[in-house]
Amino acid sequence: MKLHEISKSFGPVKANSNINLTVDRGEILGLLGENGAGKTTLMNILTGLYKPDSGKILIDNQLREFHNPREANKNGVGMVHQHFMLVPVFSVTENIILGEEPTKRFNKIDLENAKNKVLKISSEYKLDVDPDQIIEKLPVGIQQRVEIIKILFRDAEILIFDEPTAVLTPQEVVEFFEIIKNLKKTGKAIIFITHKLHEVLEICDRINVLRRGKIVGEEYPKKTDKKKLAELMVGRTVNLRTSRKKMEQGEVLLEVNGLSILSDNKEYVLSNVDLKLHKNEILGIAGVQGNGQTELVEALTGLRSVSSGKISYFGKEYKNFSPRKIHQLGVRHIPEDRQKQGLIGEFSLTENSILNTYYEEEFSYNITLNWTNAKIEAKKIIEKFDVRTNSENISANKLSGGNQQKLLIGREMSRSINLLIASQPTRGVDVGSIEYIHNQIVFARNKGIGVILNSTELEEIIALSDRIIVLFEGKVIAEFPSDTDPNIIGLAMAGEN
Amino acid sequence: MDNTIKNNIEEKKTKKSIIVGLCLIVLGSIIYIFLGLNIEGYATFRLSRPTDPFALPNLILPAHSFIGISALLIAFFGGRIIIKAPKKFTLFIALSFFLAIAAFLVWATAGKSFSLTGMLQATVVRAVPIALAAMAGILCERVAVINIGIEGMLLAGAFAGALFGSIFGNFFGLILAVLVGGFFGFILAALVVTFRVDQIIAGVAINIFVLGITSFLTSHLLKSNPELNDAPVFKSINLPVLSDIPVLGPVLFKQNIFVYFSIFIVIISTYYLFKTAYGLRARAVGEHPKAAETLGISVLKTRFHHVIMGGMIAGFGGAWFTLGSVGRFDEGMTGGRGFIGLAAMIFGRWHPVGALFAALIFGFADSLQQKLAILRTPIPSEFLAMAPYLVTIIVVAGIVGNAKPPQAIGQAYVKEN
Repeated sequence: MKLHEISKSFGPVKANSNINLTVDRGEILGLLGENGAGKTTLMNILTGLYKPDSGKILIDNQLREFHNPREANKNGVGMVHQHFMLVPVFSVTENIILGEEPTKRFNKIDLENAKNKVLKISSEYKLDVDPDQIIEKLPVGIQQRVEIIKILFRDAEILIFDEPTAVLTPQEVVEFFEIIKNLKKTGKAIIFITHKLHEVLEICDRINVLRRGKIVGEEYPKKTDKKKLAELMVGRTVNLRTSRKKMEQGEVLLEVNGLSILSDNKEYVLSNVDLKLHKNEILGIAGVQGNGQTELVEALTGLRSVSSGKISYFGKEYKNFSPRKIHQLGVRHIPEDRQKQGLIGEFSLTENSILNTYYEEEFSYNITLNWTNAKIEAKKIIEKFDVRTNSENISANKLSGGNQQKLLIGREMSRSINLLIASQPTRGVDVGSIEYIHNQIVFARNKGIGVILNSTELEEIIALSDRIIVLFEGKVIAEFPSDTDPNIIGLAMAGEN
Repeated sequence: MDNTIKNNIEEKKTKKSIIVGLCLIVLGSIIYIFLGLNIEGYATFRLSRPTDPFALPNLILPAHSFIGISALLIAFFGGRIIIKAPKKFTLFIALSFFLAIAAFLVWATAGKSFSLTGMLQATVVRAVPIALAAMAGILCERVAVINIGIEGMLLAGAFAGALFGSIFGNFFGLILAVLVGGFFGFILAALVVTFRVDQIIAGVAINIFVLGITSFLTSHLLKSNPELNDAPVFKSINLPVLSDIPVLGPVLFKQNIFVYFSIFIVIISTYYLFKTAYGLRARAVGEHPKAAETLGISVLKTRFHHVIMGGMIAGFGGAWFTLGSVGRFDEGMTGGRGFIGLAAMIFGRWHPVGALFAALIFGFADSLQQKLAILRTPIPSEFLAMAPYLVTIIVVAGIVGNAKPPQAIGQAYVKEN
C-alpha cells in the first residue's frame, strides 16, 4: 500500500501536507508523532472518514478512492480506533457483524452462522473471545481483541492501530504485541500509531515520524534510539528524564484512613483505602484507568461524598466538606479532564484564571468583579507558566491542549499552596510541555509541598514519584519505593501481587 | 476489612426494607380504616352478558371481609419485608398494589353491580393511543432522537382522521392521518437530524404548532361546516370462535382494527428491533453512532427513516381518537396521551412489549376513573379524572429513575468530512 502526496486542511490549519507513506505485507510500520501532529487525520483519510484535499491512495499498485469507511473496508483497510468503536450493550458477535450481518429470510440475523464465523477467526489468529459476552462486561484487553476480529471479519489486509496501548495494562500490552506479531506472520500489513517511543522501538520494522502534518524522518529501530526519535518528533532537543534529587520526608500533610466510597450503582469503587502524604514528597497513584483513582481524587477534593473513613488534612479531620473549603486550606487540584472540569472553554483566559478565587477580596468588590486585578493575575500566570498566547482575552478553547494545561496548572500553583493533587497532568499534552509540567511538579515538591500524582502512564509515575501505591479494583494492593522495576508495578496494576 | 463493607451494605438494605415494609403496613391500615370500616353488603362483578354463548356466573364478594383480608395481607407483606429483609421485594409491592386496587373496587361496588369485563375491555381500548405513542417513541429513541412532539403528532393524526374521514370515508381518513403523522415526523427529523436543532425545543415547537393550527381550523372550518367533522367510526370486528371465550373474548377479540393493529405493531417492532439486521443497526445508531458510522451505516439516514416511521405510528394512534372512538375532533382532545406514552416507553424500558404492558396499566387507570364515575362513588369525578396522570407521576418518579436509555440519546450527530 502506498500513499502519495496526501494533503488535508481544516480551515487555515494544514493537518497533513504532502505525505508519502508505504507499507508492505508482513511489515509493521510505526507512525510516531505528538498529539496534533496529524496522525489521526491521516488515518481517517485512509479509512474513508475524511476526504483528502489532494493526493492518491494506491493498494497493490491500483488507484483507490474511499468515500466512506465501508468502501475502505471493502478495499481491505481496517482500523482499530483509540476509543473503541464498540456498542457497550451489544454482545461480542453483534458488534463484530454489525453492518455486515449474515441474514436469513425476512432480514433475520443468522446468529449461529455469525458465531461460527467469529469462532473461526478467533481460533485462526489466536484471538480468544466468548462470542456471547456483552461488551461492557469485558476487560479492555478483550474488547480490543473484539475490535481486531471485527476488522478481520471484514477481510482486512491492512490493519491500522491508533494508540492501541493507551488503555492497556503492561501485561495486556505484552499480549497485544504477541497478537500483532501473529498478524504480521499471516502476511497482513500493519500501521501502528503511537507517541510512545519505546513501543515503536520494540515492535516496528520501520518508523516514520510525523511533525506538524509532515513526515520529518524515516528510521529503523536497530539504527536509532529514543533520544533521536524524540528530537525528530518535537523538533528540538528534549530532556526525557526529569532530574529529581532525594529529599527527606517531612511532616504528614494528608492522612486517609479506611476510606470507602459507594458508587451510584451501589458498588464499592473504593474500599478501605489508607494513605499518608508527607511534606517534600510526590506520592504516585498507579493503576489502570477505572480502578478507583478518579473517585479517590474526587473524595480528597470534596467533589464526592464518602461512605465511610477519615480524611485528615494537616492533622485535622474533614468529613464531606465542600470543594471551596478544601481549596482554602491551600490544597490545589489539577483535574483529570481539563476541558470538562478544569477550565470553561468559552470563558476567556482572564475569567479562567480566577475561577477558584473570584470571591476573594483581591478580585471582587462587593457584588462586582475587579477585572483589573483579574487581568493582572491572568498575565502573571501566562508569563510565569509559559502559556503561549497573544492575549488574555481569547477564550480558553482557542489554546492548544498543552497551553490549556499550563494555564490550569498555573492557576492552581501560582497562589499559596500547601498540597497539590494532580490527575493526569500531562494527558494529551505535547512532549515539550510534558517536560515543563514535570519540572514544575518537582519544583513544587522541592519547595516543601506534598504532591499526589494520579496518572495512568506508569512511566510518568516512575519518573516523578518518591513513593508509589497501586490501586486495583478500589483497593490499595501494593506500595513501592520509586526505584522499583516497572514490570513488578505493572503486575500489581493487573491485580497480581 | 471486607466485613465492614458487607455490614455497610446490609445496613443500607435493611434500612430500605424497613421503609418499604412500614409503607405497606400504613397502606394496609389506611385501606382498612377508610374503606373497610362502615361498609357492608356484597360487591357484584359481572363477568359475562346473559347473551354470551358461554356465560359465566357473577363474581359476588362480601365487601367488609374482602377489604379486611386484603388490608391484612398487605400489612402481612409489609411485616414480612421488615423481618426477613429479602433481596428483592418487587413482587410483594406489586401484589400489594393489586390488592389495594381490588379492595378499592370492591368498596366502590359494594351493594351495586359492576361489569368487570367491560372495564377490562375499556382498559385495552384506552391503552391503544398510549401504546402507539410509546411505539412511536421507541422507534425514535432507539436511534437516539427524543420525540417530545408525539403529543402534537397524535393531535395532527386525530384532526386529519376526522377531516379526511368525513370527506373520503374512514379508510382513506386513516391512511391520510398516518401520512400527516409521517409528515410531522419528517419535519422533526429535518429539524433535529439535518439542522441539529435541540431535540426538546423542536418537539415542543411541533406540539405548540399542531395545537394552534388544529384549534384554528376547528373554529374556522369545522364549526361552520359540521359535515366535515362527522367521520364514520371503525366498527369492532368480532373474531370468530375467539370472541366467544368468556372474559378474554370481549376483552381482546371484540375490538376494532386499532386494537388488532397495535398488537401487530408491537410484535413487528419487537421482531424488527431485536431479530433483524436493520434493527441491530438502528440500535447501534442509538447507542454508539460513531461506531455505526465507521462500519458504513449512515447515522443520519437511519435516524431520518425511524423518526418518520415513528411519526406515522403516532399519526395512526392519533386517528384512534376520532376514527376509533367518537368520530369527531375536539380541540386538544389527545389530553396528554402522547406524554403518557413516553412515560410508558420509559417504564417499559424502551422495549415494545414492556411498553405495551405499561400502556395497559395507564389504560387501566384511565378506564377505572371512567367506570367509577358511573358507579357514583363519593369521590369527586374531577379527582378520579386525575388517575392516569397520577399513575404517570408515580411511575416516572419511582420506577423510571433506574431505567437506562440508549447512550447517545438527545445528541445530534455531526458527520465529519
